[in-house]
Amino acid sequence: MIHALAAGGSGTNLDPIFSQVLFWILAVLAVSSALMMIIVRQAVHCALFLAVVMLSLAVMYAMQGAPFLAFVQVIVYTGAVLMLFLFVVMLIGMTTAESLVETIRGQRLWAALAGIGFAVLLVVGIGHAAIGNAAPTTSAFGNDNLTGLAKLIFTTYVFPFEVTSALLITAALGAMVLAHRERTSPKPTQREVARRKIASGQVAPEPPPGVYALHNAVDMPAMLPDGTTTTRSVSNAVIQRDVQLGRDPEGNVAADLAAGERVEKERQIEAAARGREDQ
Amino acid sequence: MSPAGYVFLSVILFVIGGVGVLIRRNMILVFMSIELMLNACNLAFVSFARLHGNLNGQVVAFFVMVVAAAEVVVGLAILMAIYRARRSASVDDASLLKN
Repeated sequence: MIHALAAGGSGTNLDPIFSQVLFWILAVLAVSSALMMIIVRQAVHCALFLAVVMLSLAVMYAMQGAPFLAFVQVIVYTGAVLMLFLFVVMLIGMTTAESLVETIRGQRLWAALAGIGFAVLLVVGIGHAAIGNAAPTTSAFGNDNLTGLAKLIFTTYVFPFEVTSALLITAALGAMVLAHRERTSPKPTQREVARRKIASGQVAPEPPPGVYALHNAVDMPAMLPDGTTTTRSVSNAVIQRDVQLGRDPEGNVAADLAAGERVEKERQIEAAARGREDQ
Repeated sequence: MSPAGYVFLSVILFVIGGVGVLIRRNMILVFMSIELMLNACNLAFVSFARLHGNLNGQVVAFFVMVVAAAEVVVGLAILMAIYRARRSASVDDASLLKN
């Protein structure tokens, strides 16, 4: 990108071979990443492929004499928008795998056909338009890019620019309103919380996970004063994970206790034998 | 590279984005496909700016980026609200207005 920018600094007339090679590498990268994006099932992988497309487009902007847009693309799109996407993917949960069952029969086939048809239509239409070569580049595509853009934004496009600010404020407000959750029940006071705790019969918090001679992981059940173990001390998510992984912490604890009893019994027998020898 | 190559590339990316909108069921991925289409449009704008030798196309691409950022914020907020209400981000499940 720096090379492209440096070349762009003297207009966009970079070495034609270099620009062609770079274009083809980036084009193949962008198209294959875009295809992977709509094929891959995991939402996180899709976001990463989208990042690849956006970064290659940023380099293309730099090659085309738009260094400011190249940086905006990296900072705003790849930096902010894509991170927002990733945040939402994390919030909603990556495990919500998409079902591959087609709800409309033959939808994918028809969508692909429509896409190919649309592409052919556009390519033929643009091909007929006979796009010529680029206009001779001025300094507006190099070092003066930023000042040129600023002049245009604050003169010709000043009204759209003002409207944009209104749009941004509306979007921020809208996001706040949409993400806001109205409280449906009044917030419980301290007195109510205390009363409910006493009424529930359990005043103290749940016991913490157990600590034993061989195990002290968070999935170990605590031992109550009467010698029994309780799974109330272990988080539900941890219990489910143990079930998935086929672990049995309660069995481990029981085995430990049995081993301890056995050791204790052997020690008593040994002590008794030693006592007899002494006599 | 002449601007034509870039324009054709943007056409291909736009079509891929459109197909993505049609075939994906997950709302987040539909959103990502829309972002891809907007990016393809931006590439065409920048290419046309170079073709004509003035900066108007770049200014338009800049405005598209601003609008896209605002759109993503609101869209993802709506998505979160829908997900909170029905625990699903599939476009098929939001069919309350059907029938």
